[in-house]
Amino acid sequence: MHQTSFVHPYIPNSVPEIKQKMLEEIGVSNIEELYRSIPEHLRLNRPLKLPQPFRSEYELVRHIEGLLSKNISARERLSFLGAGCYQHYVPAICDEINSRGEFLTAYAGEPYEDHGRFQALFEYESMMGELLNMDVVNVPTYDGFQASATAIRMACRITGRNKVILAGVIGKDKLSKIMDYVQPDIEVVQVPFIESTGLINVEILSSLISRDCACIYFENPNYFGTLEINGEEISAIAHQFDALSVVSVNPISLGVINPPVEYGADIVCGDIQPLGIHMYYGGGHGGFIATQDDPRFVMEFPSRLFGVAATDVAGEYGFGDVAYERTSFAKREEGKEWVGTAAALWGITAGVYLALMGPRGMMELGEGIMQRTRYAIEKIGEIKGVKIPFYSIPHFNEFVVNFDQTGKSTQTILEKLLQRDIFGGKDLSREFSNLGQAILFCVTENHNQKDIDLLVSTLAEVIHD
Amino acid sequence: MIEVIQPKPKLRRFHQARWDEPIIFELSQPGQRGVIPPAVEEGIKNRVGDVLQTLPKNLRRSIPPQLPELSQIHVLRHYVRLSQENLGVDLNIDVGQGTCTMKYSPKVNDQLSRSTKIQDLHPLQDENSVQGILEIMYRLEEIFKEISGMDRFTLQPGAGSAAIYTNVAMIRAYHAYHGNSQRDEVITTIFSHPSNAACAKTAGYKVITLYPDENGYPDLDALKEAVSERTAALLITNPEDTGIFNPQIDQFVKVVHEAGGLCSYDQANANGILGITRARDAGFDLCHFNLHKTFSTPHGCGGPAAGVCGVTNELAPFLPVPTVEFDGKKYYFDYDRPLSIGKVRPFYGVAQNLLKAYAWIMSLGGDGLREVAEIAVLNNNYLMKKILEIPGVSIPYSLDNPRIEQIRYSWEQLSEDTGVHSEEIGYRAADFGTHYWTSHHPYIVPEPMTLEPTESYSKEDLDEYAAIIKNIVEEAYRDADFIHGAPYNSTVHRIHQESFDDPQSWAVTWRAYKRKSGQTK
Repeated sequence: MHQTSFVHPYIPNSVPEIKQKMLEEIGVSNIEELYRSIPEHLRLNRPLKLPQPFRSEYELVRHIEGLLSKNISARERLSFLGAGCYQHYVPAICDEINSRGEFLTAYAGEPYEDHGRFQALFEYESMMGELLNMDVVNVPTYDGFQASATAIRMACRITGRNKVILAGVIGKDKLSKIMDYVQPDIEVVQVPFIESTGLINVEILSSLISRDCACIYFENPNYFGTLEINGEEISAIAHQFDALSVVSVNPISLGVINPPVEYGADIVCGDIQPLGIHMYYGGGHGGFIATQDDPRFVMEFPSRLFGVAATDVAGEYGFGDVAYERTSFAKREEGKEWVGTAAALWGITAGVYLALMGPRGMMELGEGIMQRTRYAIEKIGEIKGVKIPFYSIPHFNEFVVNFDQTGKSTQTILEKLLQRDIFGGKDLSREFSNLGQAILFCVTENHNQKDIDLLVSTLAEVIHD
Repeated sequence: MIEVIQPKPKLRRFHQARWDEPIIFELSQPGQRGVIPPAVEEGIKNRVGDVLQTLPKNLRRSIPPQLPELSQIHVLRHYVRLSQENLGVDLNIDVGQGTCTMKYSPKVNDQLSRSTKIQDLHPLQDENSVQGILEIMYRLEEIFKEISGMDRFTLQPGAGSAAIYTNVAMIRAYHAYHGNSQRDEVITTIFSHPSNAACAKTAGYKVITLYPDENGYPDLDALKEAVSERTAALLITNPEDTGIFNPQIDQFVKVVHEAGGLCSYDQANANGILGITRARDAGFDLCHFNLHKTFSTPHGCGGPAAGVCGVTNELAPFLPVPTVEFDGKKYYFDYDRPLSIGKVRPFYGVAQNLLKAYAWIMSLGGDGLREVAEIAVLNNNYLMKKILEIPGVSIPYSLDNPRIEQIRYSWEQLSEDTGVHSEEIGYRAADFGTHYWTSHHPYIVPEPMTLEPTESYSKEDLDEYAAIIKNIVEEAYRDADFIHGAPYNSTVHRIHQESFDDPQSWAVTWRAYKRKSGQTK
């Protein structure tokens, strides 16, 4: 029998006397007897070779902090990184609520002992519904990639068609996820963006769509930060062919930008990380999918959908799973895709964020981001040799800068910015080589005029270095 | 003399918080604000003018989003009240959510994850500025390799089911690469997690489900009949949701391998077998762990979680990109993996949970992990002894082989005797401040209950949980109607569930409820 000489704080019954007493009550002489169903030839029969543990909490903290000290966070530098993960301000109340042990350490729960979780997630769905002007929003899926991939498959199931059009700019990583996910039975047609504007080439789109298309999928703002100004026309083209318009949107833009349903979207999806959730090196993502309240659409969601209902007592709100039978929890492989643990706590957090911001906060924030973005575009555009390829198009949050005329590579520019304590943007020179030596910069409400001016002057300096 | 205070009663006189909290929209007071975004300087405004004017009409929002308007303290109070109407591991003896391994999530790990040096890291930062987190990811992979015996891991999937899907995607890529695209069937078992069947179907496979034999083991003969040149893979959980360890697991692997298929081991819940038996030693090609189950990261009401997939060298080329490598001096990402299935999620995984799992393992070490497993099994068998003393309960399948870390029980007898269903025991359990779960669907075991006590609960905790269940069963035998009316001490009473399945009455948002209840147009 394995012998341990320690009592671990996380394992109450590691006290030898307690163990002995429990064994006696069970009626076995040692723990090994309880493992007798595992045959000898499948046993490891040696101790795991793992690093020496830290028995005291202090030593553990010291070890982990030692490792973390090798990181330099985007908060300790001036950062203009975006490309799918955004450094917005996270209000204190967001962290206060998602750190509450009652929420943080609960799981699936039932509507009686975990009423709070159901109500908080129902409210999240409801506030997202107001932001999007739509009646049905899911309990979050893993991330925006998954939300897009699932929204596309939903469109195929709803229409009974298996060809989809992906229109315009989509980041390569998200495209990789989508292509993997639709692989079994969906044909993908891609429509390019116009190189001078970043907009979807509507002419090509019109020539490629046909009656076997389930949907046109596009993003607004897209990966380059440009706003698709022809959304209404694109949705109308989809509808002419009885296909759906599926739009991925950045929810934090919707205080000032019209929600996609207003220009004809049937399914809207995206990532909630911008809404009060830290970046966590990519661990802060959650995906939303929204539709109108049409059973043809609702029955194709794989996710859980929490609904409100009356109880036996007047004045009580009860909550539960809407149309549970569609899920893989209920029906295994006969359910829609699959459902499992995903990103519920981020849903609660995004709800807190929207409640704090209110309509006015979302409007001010959206307008402020657009102003700062425009300011950065115009100022950087003044630097000699630097070009903003989609200058005339309205942007949100992000923009592409081309450095071809400077004679400097993006790599050199980003390295020199780094030497001056600035995290420049995302290098696009490999991901979108047709854009040349281009960098995607991101500006949020966290950047004030001085920050942007510093980026501009430093860029000018390193280019002419 | 001070008055003697009588001892506490045997069962807690619990009452869940009942704040009668309105829906947040009902708390709205026009004009109130919860937080104010930073103002834009005049220098910027003057330079750019009215940016909203640059938007075409159909892109400019004309009616503000109808979000609630609350002052900060009211947002805080609302959500703190809702949190009080919730039970987490921090509050209850959370042994009632079998298969999910509800264990203690150490607070120190949560605190560490709130460091600005993890919380505020952007995933596209220069590698030199993220050497700490990359080292943690690298070390974590080394640890999982030792725990499972596998050759390589990806830490990218967002949770357990995403990890299952990732494994299926790698299996599909492997067969495509070897020109075996005719392999279009995946075999699983009914007591494996439903996501095995669902992910395989999502990835385009036909699913064959094996049922247990009279001893509760998946049927080896049925497997032999199921395999063929169309078999892509076996996806199997062990121990299964019944808590039974399949001692012939290596035979299952052999049968599938001989037919040319791959084998993926669902080790989402490996809590009872850490340091005892490993995926590789049973011959598996792939496996996965859920860090929010076995490795202690908090469940967060259903995520964020983290899943990790382990593979043999033969499958390693198909892992998602990037992998984390170390050249002796520096940790870095490797994207140059031409056979990779690509991305399964943005960036590299749920980094804060990778950190928490790493910290948890580093507080325990190899011996500690084995102690975790042994105590989880000891607790399970102890709780079983206590539960079996209660009338109306049984355990399906032979008990000759002891259960590992969890048990699926049946209340068939109780239900026949009293008309009380397993779900209703759960409703009543809420009255005692604890959580209870039946099982996944379909209910192969009639009137199921699945308990998994993990290593986190003391003997007294287990005694208390068993006493609660015993009390409820006694109530059921005494007065079944009383149970039919439960819960009594919860936040709310019996919910009118039927409205959730009717498109006329379901309401997934407050706006849908207002419209459907005739309060708005």
